[in-house]
Parts: sequence; C-alpha cells; structure tokens
Amino acid sequence: MTDAQLTTLSALTAPQQPYSYGYLDAYAKRELRRRILKAVAIPGYQVPYASRELPIARGWGTGGLQATLALVGPESVVKVIDQGADDSVNAANLRRFIQRMSGASTTTDTLAATILQSRHRIPEEIMGEGQILVLQVPDPEPLRMVQPDMSKSAQLHADADYGQMWLALYEQLVRFKQYVQGASYPALVNGRHIISPSPIPRWDNPKLHQAAHLTILSAGREKRLYAVPPYTNVYPLEFSDVPFQVEDQRDWKCRTTGARHKFMNELPQDDGTSQYELSDSGYAEKLANGVPITATYYDQEGGFYHDGYLKPPARPE
Amino acid sequence: MTATSNRLPDLSSARVQFNAPRLRSAPPLLHASGIVKRYDGRLALDDVSLEVFAGEVLGIVGESGSGKSTLLRMLNLEELPDAGTYRLHISEAMAGKNLFALERFERRSVQIHAIGMVYQNPHLGLRMRFTSSGNVAERLLIAGERGFAALREAARDSLAASEFPLDRMDDPPRVLSGGMQQRVQLAKALALKPALLLLDEPTTGLDVSIQAAVLDTLKRLQRERDMTIVLVSHDLGVIRTLADRVLVMRNGRVVERGLTDQILDDPQQAYTQQLVHAKL
Repeated sequence: MTDAQLTTLSALTAPQQPYSYGYLDAYAKRELRRRILKAVAIPGYQVPYASRELPIARGWGTGGLQATLALVGPESVVKVIDQGADDSVNAANLRRFIQRMSGASTTTDTLAATILQSRHRIPEEIMGEGQILVLQVPDPEPLRMVQPDMSKSAQLHADADYGQMWLALYEQLVRFKQYVQGASYPALVNGRHIISPSPIPRWDNPKLHQAAHLTILSAGREKRLYAVPPYTNVYPLEFSDVPFQVEDQRDWKCRTTGARHKFMNELPQDDGTSQYELSDSGYAEKLANGVPITATYYDQEGGFYHDGYLKPPARPE
Repeated sequence: MTATSNRLPDLSSARVQFNAPRLRSAPPLLHASGIVKRYDGRLALDDVSLEVFAGEVLGIVGESGSGKSTLLRMLNLEELPDAGTYRLHISEAMAGKNLFALERFERRSVQIHAIGMVYQNPHLGLRMRFTSSGNVAERLLIAGERGFAALREAARDSLAASEFPLDRMDDPPRVLSGGMQQRVQLAKALALKPALLLLDEPTTGLDVSIQAAVLDTLKRLQRERDMTIVLVSHDLGVIRTLADRVLVMRNGRVVERGLTDQILDDPQQAYTQQLVHAKL
C-alpha cells in the first residue's frame, strides 16, 4: 500500500466525532421526520413514535427536543423559550445543547428564528411562513380528563365522538360561571381531531387558528406527536351560548415596558398587591431596545388579528 | 252505552270477534334470541331468548351467577355475545336490524338514544367527582347538545322526574347517599327519554325505607311514561312490585317464564319453587 492510497482513504472517511449530528442517530432522525410528515398530513392526529433517550430527563422537554433535533440543520436559527422566557435555566440548557450538537445559530428574536422550541407559550409577534414552532407537551391526550382508559379514548378519536369533552367545560361553568381552564384548553383542529394544545394558556389558543407557521407538538414521555399545519382551522371548544374567552388581563400593565394587552406574568409584592411583566421576554427586550415591532397577534387595544374570531370579553358578574 | 255492553260476549252465537290485546297485535319492542356468551370457555349465557312489549316490565330473577347481569350488559350493548340476535323496534329503519351486528359507531348511537341503564353499583354508572347535573348532562352532550342553558334545563327536568332534591343537583355523587346516587343514575338513564330502560338490581344495597321510596318513583315513572323496562333483581318483593312478567334464570339458562303472579304464586319448576320459598 502506497502513501498516496492512504491519503485518499483518510480523505474519503468522515472525521471521527464523539456524537452523531444532532445527537440522535440516523434511524431515530429518519423515524421522527416520517412521524412528523404523518402528523402534518393528518392535522391533530396523535402519531406514536419511539421516544429516544436524551441527556435530559423525561418531562423536561424531551419530546420537543427530539423534534427539534430531527429538524435542525447548520443553517437553522433556533430560539428556545420556557414560559415565554429565553433566559430560564431549562431554555438556556436546551439552546446550548442544540447549538452544540448541530452547529445551528441561536437567537432571542421570534421573527429571526427558523425553529422555535417552546414550553407553555406562543410568542406575541405573528410568526410567518417557513417558521416551525415546536411545543413540548406533557400530556397529549385531551380526553384523559373524561376518559381514563386509553384504548377507549383511541376509539373515541377514531369515531370523532367528542361529546364528553364538553363535560369538563360544563363542570367549569357550573362551578365558576366561566371557563377557568388555565392551560391545555382543548381545541378542534381542521374540524376533525381534538387536541390538547400543550400547556399553552388559553390566551395563546387562538394563535393556532389559520397560523402561517407550522406547529409541531411532541410529548417525549407519552411518545406521541401531532401537528397543526399552516393555515389550518383551529377552534377552541365552547358552548353555543357561552363563547370561549381568553384570560382577562385588560387592566394589567407591564412594569418595565408599559405594554398592555399581552400575556403577563403576575409578580406578587410584599404589600399584597401585584405587579405585572411581559411573559414573552424576547418581545419585552425588543420593546426596551426600541426595535420596531411589525405585528402582534393581539393589537394595542387587545383586538385579535383574526377579526371576529374571538368574541369581545365579558366581565363576570 | 247500552246496558249489555259490560257483559261478556254471548258465546252461544258462532261468530264472535275478539280484538287481540295490544300486547299480542303490536310487534315486541325488544326481541332477543339465541344469545350465547362464553368467558374462557365457561358458559355464562346458553341460548337465552326473550321478548318485551312496549310499556311492559319484564323481571329477571335468579341466584347470583345465573347470568342476569351478563344478559343485561348484552342488552345494553356494552358487550357482544358469541351468538344471537337482538332487535329493538324503535323505528321502521331499525326494526329488522340485528343490533349485535351493527358497526361500533351505529351501535353506540342506538345505545345512547334508545337505551338507559341503572347499575347496581353507582360507581359503574356515574362519575363520582363530577357534578350530579353534569352526570345527567353527559348523555345529552354525547347525543350532540351544545347549549349550556339547554343542558342545565334538561338536567334539572330529568333530576326532578327522578325526585332528586334540586338544591343538591351540583353536588358530586360521591357526597350523596346511596338512594340519591341511584336517583342520579335514574335521571341519567332517563335524560334522553329512552325506549328501553334496563335496571340492574336498582334498589339492592339500600335500606328498606329508601328502597320503597325509589320503587315508588320507578313505579310512578313507569305509569306516567308507559316505559318499557327490563328489571334484574334477586329480590322477589321488587319483582312483584314492578314486573308484569317474569323470567327465571339459572346457570345461564331460562328455566321458567310467565306472568309475575303465576310464577311467584304457583311456580312449576323445582328451582323456581326453591327460589320462591327461599324468600321466606
């Protein structure tokens, strides 16, 4: 064997790396991409997948992380948020991990990101075509609260037999006179499947309706993922005579930016009062730095960008 | 009216016409035949057939393990038998169809709209942590009602019909007494005004005075609404109070059938005689 031949072989061989690209092995990524395609093809349908082990524990965003790792490329721009914040420990860890495993760049700007992995929030700024929102889901089964038997709820999904879902809403109305479910408020996707849209607040539910971006919801522990493709109808469940309403935060004002009609975190003070600040930290940062804002889902008067989709909020008596 | 109209027809004349009684002329509401069910090879129901006519109460008696409750679960379409047919004459379209052979979705629709069931154990029929009115409203929700006010109204009506105290309609069944839980179950079963009501030991486990009150409610409802009921009980007192006809079961077989008085006062089969005397 000559020296020339040896040089050629080493040039042909991929350099030794400690991990596969994007951490997951090729088969895992291929499976995930196929499952995601199926989920996009059947909006709202829960597609089972083999959830792989990751260096974070189940329940800490493994579902979202696997979807992100299967989709990410070197040119991707990744934003990771946790409860709206870019700087929480969990979000920072995931962002660093994704960056290290894929070479993708990261950002805190919603509009600059190609992949947004999120827990609990959809950003305030309107996302556009080509962007992918990956939501981490703890419990993908919307029927769980009324049907504990998984095999029976599979049948109910197959038959689109969702009457029992309204029972949970009925209970809320009887007890509290209004819908009080804070997160995972069930929504009907494409007129066919009811989903539990991750633990996003009711405030964010309408943002899924006819959205330009692709939403992928992935539950690592429960091993299911589902999707809301771009421009799909998503309607929250409601009674015909009691319209769906988002959280009433009309009197709340951000203490740092003075913004209103956006989703706020409530900060209880020592004297018993509360202060509020924007939950979406990327948006707050833009406001603080005077970066011009293009469009938000809820405008400055609290109107929703799809005219007539949300009924005007009523004050409970 | 003539003076003779109340007398018996003159049998001496050759051409007397009797009108057949309604029970004979109308087709039976429920017609089940040849029901066979095995669990792990053990025969639970062996070629059971029964007919129930509209407005009639059929009692099913027998010792524990005789297949009464299994039969009722089949009639409620909760389980499918290994063999047999089951027809409900609820509409012209459904009259000839074997319900056991329907698609799951159609079967569920029949179960929701045409059949109401009250279980012996309220835990089987109720959501213990949901409100009582919610339990009743669930039937209407499954049937497609989406108006909150309409649901409240229907739940209130149905609970009132089963004589449930309305000031407690939003209490969950788990804080209610056994008698009240059975009333919630009854209201739930009646919510969609089903053609057929199935009662599985509805008063077993209640004390005697409450049992009497629940039986009174059942009897009043049956009279007012002319309901068709299949009643399973091992308590012959309950059977005698409510049932028009009785079917005696043992080891998954029907051993005797006939009018209630006839069976309870003059049982022909040895097993039925034993059962009737065991009452004492």
